[in-house]
Amino acid sequence: MLHVGLIHFLIISAFLFSFGIYGIVTRKNAVMVLMGIELILNSANINFVAFSRYGNFGLGGQVIALFVIILAAAEAAIALAIVLNIYKTFANVNVDEIDHLKE
Amino acid sequence: MDFYDIIFYLFAVITLASAFVVVTTRNIIYSAFSLLFTFFGVAGIYVLLGADFIAVVQIMVYVGGILILLLFGVMLTNKITTVEIRTGTANVLPASIAVGILAGSIVTVMMWTDWKSKPGEIPITTTKALGSLLINDYVLIFELLGILLLIALIGAASIARREKE
Amino acid sequence: MSESLLINICIVILFLPLVGFSTVIILGKKIPKLYIFEVTILGVALLLSIIVAYTKLTFYSTKNIIGAFTWITMSNAPVGDSISIDLGMKIDNITVLMLFVVNLISFLVHVYSIEYMRGDKRYTRYFAYLGIFTFSMLGIVLTHNLLMMYIFWELVGVSSYLLIGFWFEKKSAADAGKKAFIVNRIGDIGMFIGILILFTQYKTFTFDTIYQQIASGNLPFGSNGWLTAAGILVFLGAVGKSAQFPLHVWLPDAMEGPTPVSALIHAATMVAAGVYLIIRIFPMLTADAMLVIAVTGAVTSLVAATIALTQNDIKKVLAYSTVSQLGYMVMSLGVGAYVFAFFHLVTHAFFKACLFLGSGSVIHSMHHEQDIRNMGGLRKKMPITYFTFLISTLAISGIPFFSGFLSKDGILAGTLAFGKLTGHWLIPIIGFTVAGLTAFYMFRLVILTFHGEPRDHHKFEHAHESPFVMAAPLVVLAALSIFIWYTPNPIGADQGWFMKDWVKAPSQVTPLETRFDFMKPSSEEAKAEVHGEVVHSVEYTETMHWAHYPAMVMSLILAGLGILIAFMFYQWKKFSADKLADKIKPLYNFSLNKWYLDEVYDKTAIAGTLIFSSILSWFDNKIVDGIVNGSATVTKFTSGMSGWFDTYVVDGFVNFTAFFSGFIGLSFRRLQTGKVQTYIVFIVFAVVILFLIFKPF
Repeated sequence: MLHVGLIHFLIISAFLFSFGIYGIVTRKNAVMVLMGIELILNSANINFVAFSRYGNFGLGGQVIALFVIILAAAEAAIALAIVLNIYKTFANVNVDEIDHLKE
Repeated sequence: MDFYDIIFYLFAVITLASAFVVVTTRNIIYSAFSLLFTFFGVAGIYVLLGADFIAVVQIMVYVGGILILLLFGVMLTNKITTVEIRTGTANVLPASIAVGILAGSIVTVMMWTDWKSKPGEIPITTTKALGSLLINDYVLIFELLGILLLIALIGAASIARREKE
Repeated sequence: MSESLLINICIVILFLPLVGFSTVIILGKKIPKLYIFEVTILGVALLLSIIVAYTKLTFYSTKNIIGAFTWITMSNAPVGDSISIDLGMKIDNITVLMLFVVNLISFLVHVYSIEYMRGDKRYTRYFAYLGIFTFSMLGIVLTHNLLMMYIFWELVGVSSYLLIGFWFEKKSAADAGKKAFIVNRIGDIGMFIGILILFTQYKTFTFDTIYQQIASGNLPFGSNGWLTAAGILVFLGAVGKSAQFPLHVWLPDAMEGPTPVSALIHAATMVAAGVYLIIRIFPMLTADAMLVIAVTGAVTSLVAATIALTQNDIKKVLAYSTVSQLGYMVMSLGVGAYVFAFFHLVTHAFFKACLFLGSGSVIHSMHHEQDIRNMGGLRKKMPITYFTFLISTLAISGIPFFSGFLSKDGILAGTLAFGKLTGHWLIPIIGFTVAGLTAFYMFRLVILTFHGEPRDHHKFEHAHESPFVMAAPLVVLAALSIFIWYTPNPIGADQGWFMKDWVKAPSQVTPLETRFDFMKPSSEEAKAEVHGEVVHSVEYTETMHWAHYPAMVMSLILAGLGILIAFMFYQWKKFSADKLADKIKPLYNFSLNKWYLDEVYDKTAIAGTLIFSSILSWFDNKIVDGIVNGSATVTKFTSGMSGWFDTYVVDGFVNFTAFFSGFIGLSFRRLQTGKVQTYIVFIVFAVVILFLIFKPF
């Protein structure tokens, strides 16, 4: 069990994913939420690459990981723009105070 | 337990520990810097998985781009000099329970699943293969992502632009 | 002139007075001169009616022209297969003659009123009322069915109410209007029931259709009794309108109206309507009904004549004389002398209108003095009025060479023949008695008014002959009281065009067994017998011939006697009327007080009505109101219960539902925080639950 195999990478990915979820759910600051999202994306990427390494899928997993990174970059750009806009509108970026969707 | 395993555990610890700090510390600057270590750790794991190109891209894009963007976000939205840059938390208890159960479930599932995996040769380099894949099999997605990035660039600029009153 | 044109002209004649009425009543206040329009319209109507009468009597004298249309059709009426109600006109000789008479007298009254009513504060409105009254009367004359007859009948009632109570500031006038209206209603109830009996059986109001049905043996409810009842009930309407005993009490009181109105109502129109109605329903009258009618007429004429003997008001004398003469006509119809009844209706219309207008002339010049004891000697002051009044008096008294003689003689002959044929001798006896009484009281009136010395010199000094517009109608009417217009033979109307060509009795349609014996056709040849009196048997015709001369002689003797006595008492003062009155004080008072009929009605009918009303009022107050209040209380209580139930049970349930929904909503609302992070927590839980459900491990 100590010998590293697929399962170890998957477990790291799972924990990383859980930390990401935890960050998204618990942090009030929108920037921190974004960081959680990045963690989740990274965990997904680890999965892709791990399966690419240990499965019979060729390099497709790595290509998808590459795409995810690109998407993450685009996402980060858009998300930060939105965060800035929110900040301009509400003078803070606390997501629990931005609950106008409720009304 | 060979050298590979030691390196793996090292990176795994770095990654998970820094990720834990990212989501738990109340100081947003600490979070951002911990995230830097997480990214590096993930990059290391990529290397261990034989995805050298992905690892490099990870460091370049995440550390060089996304993390800097996040730091800009922190700087622009928090008046560091005057205001407490610590941020609050919410739903800590339910989130902990839920995430704990989730993590447990996922880990359990992964442990119990009978993965049909092969040991796999460690390739020398993946750059050439990836390049040929990108402009052959995945060329459409590749081009679409280029457009997507352009749209994101314009969109982000447009959204973030300060309205002229 | 074609028949349809004739009908159209009749429609125009009918509606002209209505146009006049509407115009004057609407615009009269703004344009007071509009009364001239009303008078002109009546003149036009008179002209048209003369044309119609001439055309009809010359070219269509044997043909009845009917113009009708279906007004209402009820295909699934509850009482029969289908009912259609027709409106229309029946133009026969009687109609056109009545049309002429009504229009002529109405026109003359209009003209007369121009001067007589001058200065009245509702001058224009008065003419409007005259217009609506004339319209109503023309409707009665022209109609061919009972429904229209009834409608116009009531319209006459209304307009007579307006005219009699024209000076409603005077309590007596207002009361008289009410009395006329209410007393007429009593008769109309009978008429209404009678019409309904006929309608129930025949599903139609049209006279001719009803008569055809009766002739074909279809009787109301299949019995002769009902036919008799229908006849008598419809006749009750005539009793009210034509002021027959015991409903005659309204007519003398109606003298409270302006005198020209009295002339119009009591001479030619309203009271004649009753007689006209009997003429219209004559074919369906059974022997029993006719006997009732004859007795009613006889009693009326006798009662009215005896009352007229002692009255001192010039108009009251004329009023009772009218009642008496109407009794004559009704009696005449009752004994089957149909033609003479109508003849008397026409002649009486002229001379009675002349008498009323003459009395109006006197009253006008005497400054509203109506008591004949204060008059006298007016002959010299008012020669035209005197002579016309005298001619009319001679006519009503039945003196040869005047119209009244011809018709009255015919009626008396009819009663005499009736007495001989049926044994009811009382009727001719009453008839002759009344003839004598009439002559007496009419000459008493003339002598007291115009002869002798003036008893009120002050008023006498101011008396003067009436102006032209008042005198002209008198002359016209007096001229029409001469025999020459009706027959070339001054002592017998039989050969005159009126009797010979124009007016013929209709065929009886009643079953043979219900007729008088003399009304049964004795044979086919007899039907085509003399005078066209096809309804009567040969015996009747012979008896009439037999009765002609005795009746004439007797009536002449009685009339002469009456006149002689009148002169003895009042002109030559051979006897003192006052002394005689003292000697037979009870009888005198009985007559003077109009047989105490008003008092009797006061004590019986009115008091009874009041007691009945108070009983009803008590019933209303205590029982009906009690029931109403009781039901109200019950309703209130149940409402309260229902309200409580509503408030606490229904509303409670509703509120609980609402509250429950609200509670659920509030509970779940907590989940809807609007915070994305909370949602993510739920998502995580959901994923975990999915894991547990699918158990991939």
